[in-house]
Amino acid sequence: MASDSDSDQDFVTFGTPLEPLEEDEPLRKPVPVHEQTVKDEKGRYQRFHGAFTGGFSAGYYNTVGTKEGWTPSTFVSSRQQKAERQNARPEDFMDEEDLGEHGIAPKEITTTADFASGRKDLIRDKAKTVCALSALIPGDSVLEDLVAPARSSIGVELLRKMGWKDGQGVGPRVKRRPYKQKEDTASRAFGSVLPPNGSEESQDEEEDEFVPENVTFAPKDVTPIDFTPKVDLHGLGYQGLNPLAALRYGPGAGHINLFTMDSDRASSLCGNDKKGPKRRRGGVAGQAFGVGAMEDDDDDIYHRDTMSNYDMVLGEEEPGDGLYGWTAPEQYHRKKRDHSKDAAYLGKIIEGFTLASDKAETKMIFPPPDLPRDFRPVHYFRPVVDMSSVSPMVAKALQASRGHMVEETPSQGGRHQLDSVQRRQLLGETTLQGPSSVFDLLKAEDRERLSGLRKPPPAPSPSSEAPPRQPTLGEARAAVVAAGVAAAKASAQKALSSRFAPPAEQQQLEALSVWSGPTAQAQTGPVFKPFEKTPHKQARYDHYIEKLKQGDRDALEVSLDPSMTEWERGRERDEFVRAALLYKPSSSSLSGRFTRGKHDDCVDEDTVEVTRDLENDVDDKQAAVKMKMFGKLTRDTFEWHPDKLLCKRFNVPDPYPGSGFVGMPTVKRDKFSVFNFLTLDSSPTATASPTPQAVKAPEPGKRSRWDVSGPAREGFGEEKQVKDPLSEFLSVARSEASSSGPDPLTNNIPSSDTTAEHEEADTTKTNEDEEEESRPPMDLFKAIFASSTDESSSSEGEDEDEEEEEADQTKAEDPLLNPLNASQAVPPAAGMSPANQSAHAASSSGPPGQDILEEEEFGPRLPPPSSMLNEPCPTSVPTRKEDKRQKSKEKHKARKHGKNKKDKKDKKDKKKKKRRKHKHKGKQKKSSKEESSSGSSSEGGDGNSQEGGLVSTEELLRRLKSIHGKTLQ
Amino acid sequence: MSFPQPKPEVPQVPQHLLRTIDCQQGAVRAVRFNADGNYLLSCGSDKSLKLWSVSRGTLLKTYSGHGYEVLDADSSYDNSQLCSCSSDKTVILWDVATGQVTRKLRGHAGKVNCVQFNEEATVILSGSIDGTVRCWDTRSRKFDPIQILDEARDGVSSLKVSEHELLTGSVDGRVRRYDLRMGQLHVDFINSPITCVCFSADAQCILTSSLDSTIRLLDKSTGEMLGEYTGHTMKGYKLDCCLSSKDTHVLSCSEDGHIYCWDLVEGSLTLKLPVGKAVVQSLSFHPSETRLLTAMEGHIQVWGAEPDEQEDIVVVKQEVK
Repeated sequence: MASDSDSDQDFVTFGTPLEPLEEDEPLRKPVPVHEQTVKDEKGRYQRFHGAFTGGFSAGYYNTVGTKEGWTPSTFVSSRQQKAERQNARPEDFMDEEDLGEHGIAPKEITTTADFASGRKDLIRDKAKTVCALSALIPGDSVLEDLVAPARSSIGVELLRKMGWKDGQGVGPRVKRRPYKQKEDTASRAFGSVLPPNGSEESQDEEEDEFVPENVTFAPKDVTPIDFTPKVDLHGLGYQGLNPLAALRYGPGAGHINLFTMDSDRASSLCGNDKKGPKRRRGGVAGQAFGVGAMEDDDDDIYHRDTMSNYDMVLGEEEPGDGLYGWTAPEQYHRKKRDHSKDAAYLGKIIEGFTLASDKAETKMIFPPPDLPRDFRPVHYFRPVVDMSSVSPMVAKALQASRGHMVEETPSQGGRHQLDSVQRRQLLGETTLQGPSSVFDLLKAEDRERLSGLRKPPPAPSPSSEAPPRQPTLGEARAAVVAAGVAAAKASAQKALSSRFAPPAEQQQLEALSVWSGPTAQAQTGPVFKPFEKTPHKQARYDHYIEKLKQGDRDALEVSLDPSMTEWERGRERDEFVRAALLYKPSSSSLSGRFTRGKHDDCVDEDTVEVTRDLENDVDDKQAAVKMKMFGKLTRDTFEWHPDKLLCKRFNVPDPYPGSGFVGMPTVKRDKFSVFNFLTLDSSPTATASPTPQAVKAPEPGKRSRWDVSGPAREGFGEEKQVKDPLSEFLSVARSEASSSGPDPLTNNIPSSDTTAEHEEADTTKTNEDEEEESRPPMDLFKAIFASSTDESSSSEGEDEDEEEEEADQTKAEDPLLNPLNASQAVPPAAGMSPANQSAHAASSSGPPGQDILEEEEFGPRLPPPSSMLNEPCPTSVPTRKEDKRQKSKEKHKARKHGKNKKDKKDKKDKKKKKRRKHKHKGKQKKSSKEESSSGSSSEGGDGNSQEGGLVSTEELLRRLKSIHGKTLQ
Repeated sequence: MSFPQPKPEVPQVPQHLLRTIDCQQGAVRAVRFNADGNYLLSCGSDKSLKLWSVSRGTLLKTYSGHGYEVLDADSSYDNSQLCSCSSDKTVILWDVATGQVTRKLRGHAGKVNCVQFNEEATVILSGSIDGTVRCWDTRSRKFDPIQILDEARDGVSSLKVSEHELLTGSVDGRVRRYDLRMGQLHVDFINSPITCVCFSADAQCILTSSLDSTIRLLDKSTGEMLGEYTGHTMKGYKLDCCLSSKDTHVLSCSEDGHIYCWDLVEGSLTLKLPVGKAVVQSLSFHPSETRLLTAMEGHIQVWGAEPDEQEDIVVVKQEVK
């Protein structure tokens, strides 16, 4: 019975027991899966959630929630009382099943392995105690309990068997004082050279006398330290395959163990291991790699590890090495060799040392570079100072403060930016001795003669550093020949260039006319120096400007350095002309009005912000437009950075999230680089860029966008001041079309009294033609100047200047007075500048009454507000009274306009504007006359050219009648 | 059993004059439909901006506050706000209902030629004769523009906004398209001062009119020319052009007092609508229907595809040959 109860106690029941089978019972149907139910310990049904998603115990009452609902326990909604950080334990995530008896963390008190006895079988223990009680000798198991076996590893046990004791080192026994090198095995075992242990040494010395000769001691217990430095980048303890060794000498064992002790590895891989039979000729050998097709012996494919490879014997049986089974890796083969090496060494070997087996690599030590004598070991960054902008004293000081003289950095660009003088300076060459020009070789009289051939006397060449030698007779003859050749060449070249480079010539002439003007002469202030960085170039430029001021036509040729190459000269010629045009003297009125900007706050004065992406050539585009090839040719695409806020407002993501700027990316450019402005030439809004026709035009050449707000601005062709030949041509063509083509507004009028009208039209036309071909009549000028003088009271001095300028311009325009213009080939339509022409054309076709209102406009204008008010609107049928009222209103308006005109006139102080206006006035009168004579029946009448206020009342009445009649129809 | 194929509807053109409105505000500088086309805005040279009902032709409100003639106006998508620009260098944001000035935006250096809301009326874009386009924020209280687009080398004469693109036409003969999404600026060279630019309804094409009396239809993405429309006169004045609501026709003002209407695909002149003897200043096409507004001097004309019975159209008949 008791045993029964015991057996009951012994078993632990898992799961539900099967119901005992009864023999007579019929076989029950198996319960289908969907009817099988699971209940928890309280008898509640549990739902199955899937084996991997929780089993039967998912969540809280079969929900995914918790007792608290969805609120995480770490959340506290109050602001003052912050949620504390909770360290979650694993138990927080366990349910009661896990904590139960069979869960993963049972919460019952159990014996851990530390406290369990060897057998650790509680039930058996219990049974034993029960048995012991009933045994003969009671308390038998008590002893067993007391003597619990200590746990030690099998290695320790083996060592103990070998005679090892705790606290001893492992290895062969040693004498206390190892006299001979070969017996110093303990140290040898762990590396080639072991640093002597100081404390051991002292101990040894103390005990030396009391130690008998034949007593050996166990070695000290030291952990071996590997002293080979780690020099590779592999992981600790890993050494990669040495490809040489791997390919040539496979170790006899057949595979390379990558994880052995260093020394072993080194010997096997680095070819030191001569012991192993060299059976393989090459190829990577080993189990992992198989045998290559080129290898003949394949006996090692399946590496068979035989037991003979292993040492099977423990203890004393190993003969003669005194290692007692301790198999230190390389004891055996090293010993002899080392010894022989030691013996081969001639010098004295210090006790405790052996010769190194491999030579330590001698580090190459390179000597430091020789410092220059005046080298200062301190570097500081100096601000970049433009030498030309500071005073010479400061510049000198700065130069001196540098350790050594720094070459002035060439402005920018490569060697092509330098001229020969600069290059020479850079290279440190001396000035070329001898004549720099062929003229130097000439005799004085020859020179005279030659210079007499060229009209203007050539200036002495500026770069003649060396005094001209006194030439001998033969030399002179040769020189004359050379000079003749050179002169011929020059003239030929000149002819060529004049033929093929008319724009350049034009520009030269233009520069000449600009600089030789009275304004330029009068200008006393400092002239801008564009080539300040290269003094000699600036000198040449100054010379050129001087010559220009004197009106010398050959100014350019004279001022250039004859010692330069033709290419250099050509480039400089170009630069000078451009610079002269760019920095031409501003008229006194303008210069008086503007003050020079001061860029004190600007750090780098010589740079200017320029948009990085420049537009393509406009000429190409215009050509493309002319051919109607829109698309790639006419399109430019730039990077453009919108503002962040703008993107936000437009609901688009910022295309450049990191960019700090807005708009088009800009770069700093040298402000006064002439090359910088070369592109400006083609841009239509260059304010001061030279226009070839501007000089020829009767008005002053320096017109800017803002200058031209006068009536001349009226024509649409005007504000497109075209700068290049193609567009010039275009504009000429357009103006021709608009002026000479049948004007639909004036010529297509089916009028009743045609003769008068035709006359009028003819007169206007001829008038126009006159204006185009020759100067306006003198009385016009008179009218202009006379009226302007009494109108402008405030700015008399300015006007005088203007007048001067004007006179000069007209003088320049006269082909007879100025030989320059005579030299220009005059195409039939080019008697006047295209711009002016188009202005005339526009003013002739455009409404003249409009110019007062639209004077300040630059773009396309707005239509006249009420030019047609006297004409009945076609859609609304006004009664007669209304019409009359309108007319009277119109008159008022017209009067007002007139007043406006006057007022504005008074305000004006610019002469040229006024002059133009006057011209228009005259025209307006004419056109209005014309209109009054032309019938009102004209349906497509020229609405633009009507001037309401000047229509006579009879005329109006007549018109009214006709309209009335029409409506009645 | 087969049904007859639905007849393709002939695209209609607004050729019948429905109404003429005398605005009594000087010359009408611009006339614009509102967002849904029920109302129209007229910008007068007497400094006033007027709101009219298109169907009845009645004046609803006058907005005064500009210092010089009003040049352009636009209404927001929800009809709650208006913006207008003027020769007095200002842009004004109006409250429609009260007629009060919500904001007066100063900053342009010259007269402001064109003004537009963006799609959500959060930004006002204005182009001026000073060559800049300024983007004004209607949401913030700041009076500085968000961004100034100063790439134009001459005055900006016209400006249109699509979802994320900004199209400007400048007197320097270039059409610039700012793509905010891509962060790119596309410049198309036309070589003649641009007077008006338009997006097509599908936003794939650009319509430009320039002072060489030519209207060009450009492909938006490549800049290639798809069509060229000539015949009208546009040589000195800043006149409008537009596309019909279904992109079937191209319409333009002309200096000879007509509205020219071309077939978009064929490029042939479909209709030459006589408006009057003066210059047709401005026109605006209804956003959905076939309805057209034109402005000549002090009058506004409303044109439709079908004649309106109530109107006395004797005069019109006389004009149409």
